[in-house]
Amino acid sequence: MVPTNYYVILSAILFGLGLFAFIFKRNIITIFMSIELMLNAVNLAFVAFSQALGRLDGQVFVLFVIVVAAAEAAVGLGIIILIARSRQTLNVERVNLLKL
Amino acid sequence: MLEYLWIVPLLPLLGAAVNGLFGAKWPNKIVNGVAIGSTGLSFLCALKAVREFFESGQVLFHKEFLTWIAAGNFRVGFDLLMDQLTVVMVLVVTGVGWLIHIYATGYMAQEGGYYRFFSYLNLFMFFMLILVLAANYVLLFVGWEGVGLSSYLLIGFYFLRKSASDAGKKAFIVNRIGDFGFMLGMFLLFRAFHTLDFQAIFTSSTLQGWPVELSGHPGTLTFACLLIFTGACGKSAQLPLYVWLPDAMEGPTPVSALIHAATMVTAGVYVVARSHILFAHAPTAMLVVAIVGCATAFFAATIGLVQTDIKKVLAYSTVSQLGYMFLACGVGAFSAGIFHLMTHAFFKALLFLAAGSVIHAVGGEQDMNRMGGLSKKIRWTYLAMLTATLAIAGFPPFAGFFSKDSILLSAFQNGGHSAGYALYGFGLATALLTSFYMFRLIFLTFHGKQRYDEHKVHVHESPRTMLVPLMILAVLSIIGGWLAAPAMLGTGPDYFTKFLQPVFGGSEAAGPEGEVRALELTLAGIAVITALIGVTVAFWLYLKGPGKADILAKSMRGVYTALLNKYYVDEFYAAMIVKPLLWISTNVLWKAADVAGIDGAVNGIAAGTTAIGDGVRHTQSGNTRSYAVWVVVGALVVMAVIFFWPFGGKPVLGMLR
Repeated sequence: MVPTNYYVILSAILFGLGLFAFIFKRNIITIFMSIELMLNAVNLAFVAFSQALGRLDGQVFVLFVIVVAAAEAAVGLGIIILIARSRQTLNVERVNLLKL
Repeated sequence: MLEYLWIVPLLPLLGAAVNGLFGAKWPNKIVNGVAIGSTGLSFLCALKAVREFFESGQVLFHKEFLTWIAAGNFRVGFDLLMDQLTVVMVLVVTGVGWLIHIYATGYMAQEGGYYRFFSYLNLFMFFMLILVLAANYVLLFVGWEGVGLSSYLLIGFYFLRKSASDAGKKAFIVNRIGDFGFMLGMFLLFRAFHTLDFQAIFTSSTLQGWPVELSGHPGTLTFACLLIFTGACGKSAQLPLYVWLPDAMEGPTPVSALIHAATMVTAGVYVVARSHILFAHAPTAMLVVAIVGCATAFFAATIGLVQTDIKKVLAYSTVSQLGYMFLACGVGAFSAGIFHLMTHAFFKALLFLAAGSVIHAVGGEQDMNRMGGLSKKIRWTYLAMLTATLAIAGFPPFAGFFSKDSILLSAFQNGGHSAGYALYGFGLATALLTSFYMFRLIFLTFHGKQRYDEHKVHVHESPRTMLVPLMILAVLSIIGGWLAAPAMLGTGPDYFTKFLQPVFGGSEAAGPEGEVRALELTLAGIAVITALIGVTVAFWLYLKGPGKADILAKSMRGVYTALLNKYYVDEFYAAMIVKPLLWISTNVLWKAADVAGIDGAVNGIAAGTTAIGDGVRHTQSGNTRSYAVWVVVGALVVMAVIFFWPFGGKPVLGMLR
């Protein structure tokens, strides 16, 4: 039996990595992936606590998060494609105007 | 009709509203019909009400029509009152007012703004009737302010002329000073009696038990009376607030006759007479009233000596005659004051209307130096003017003789000994000056060589609408004083005093019966001789030797220039009051308080908001990664609040257990 601590620590590390990439990366797809990473880190924590407490609430939440993440991926990728078409770049530094 | 007394003031208001709202497009005839009809009907209603009042035999009619203010025990209503004093005032106001309306239809026929003029004039009648019919101080004050408003509107009737609009403002502002005193007086009375109803105050047990305040120990009543008298000073143009009345002559002549001679300016005298019971308890205030009245009478008469504008002479004469009325009230002869008010309304209205007729005849000229020799050309006007002049100068049997005589007699008898003689002396000197300047006016205007250009000015008699009111007023100026004649001749009582007895009975100081008649005849003789001297001097200076007046003026250059410039009172006020006030208003109130303080605060808040917005704007860089940082920082702050919030924050980690 792996102690809950380990899961939580792993989750924190993954979340920290996601956060770091979210702030410092320039490529919009990388930023998008780092958000997914943070979501999954949280999912891991949920599942771990669910196991530790013997309650199903955490697992239900994970399902919700997965659904939301899927929807987000659909919308987000759509936006990214549009940006790439209009700006010919994926660098967020170059995407600082609402106007084309 | 007595039960529906409110109709009397309401009719002119209706006339004012109809003419003011719809008159602009109407021909003059319809405007005339509305204006004269409403005031004439009002006059008839007043006559009917007066008749019913006498037939019912009651001493005092008082009716509450509507409640206006009700707060606790305090009540102010549209209550109207009728007693003998009101009867005199209402009949003078509606009667003389009606005649002047008729005259004005002739005088104003060629003027623009015809409907506006009559609308204002009717509005004035409404407020004046409210003033004299009111049964409490508050409603009286409504009328008081209302006549001030219509006076302002009518003085500034030719508002395109700067001098006219300035004169209107001056009248309004000077009156405001007096009104402030009047309001303070009302507050003081309310504090003392907890009501402002005339009957309630005058018959209250508080007042009955109130000791007569000794002179030198002023109490509440003295102060209240003095403050009310301040208001009267403003409205009735007494020292030191008289300065607006001569300037008010900028208005059309019928206005000068109605408002600034016959009715509105006598409102102050009316208020003092109405409050006579209060004044009777405050001898100090009475003395002040007498002295101010006497001083004003003399002071204004001296200025009147040298004026060359025909209306200005009459204006100073009005101030002077109002001084007589206050002198009468001040020595306790209220009925004599009201008597003079009535006769003065007749002959001074006549003087102004006749002067208007003269001005009309010579094509708008007001300077007496450019008239002369008019007596043959405008004979009816001349006769009317002469009648009024004889009346104001105090020749028997004209009206002014009786009223002025009874005032001088009362001053002689009741003023306290040395003070009484001084008041009498100045009153007599004023009578001399009055007869001099009035006959100077007659001689300069109607006699001697003609000094106008005959080719330019076509002298013509005025139309009948103007002459008929002149004739009626001339008759009244002759017979108006005869009510007091029996007392003078020793065949009966003074009917006017007897008539007002129910009102003033308590406060009138009556002299000893027997020796009065001898004294009265002596004083009357002296007064007539004085008036004759005035006429003779005027005749000698202005008719016999036309150059003599100028020689006299040159030999007393200092006095003459001082008089010609009205003692520099206007200049003095300008330097002492107007200039400092303007300076304070400009530099402190306007530039410091308003611009720097209020505007500064408002603009400062706006500028501060702009600056903050300008700073915060930079967070919205458009740079996606900085938004990412903000999201993270926000999340951290939320977490920090959840974990470290000091005030009973829920320990979220507690869920772990």
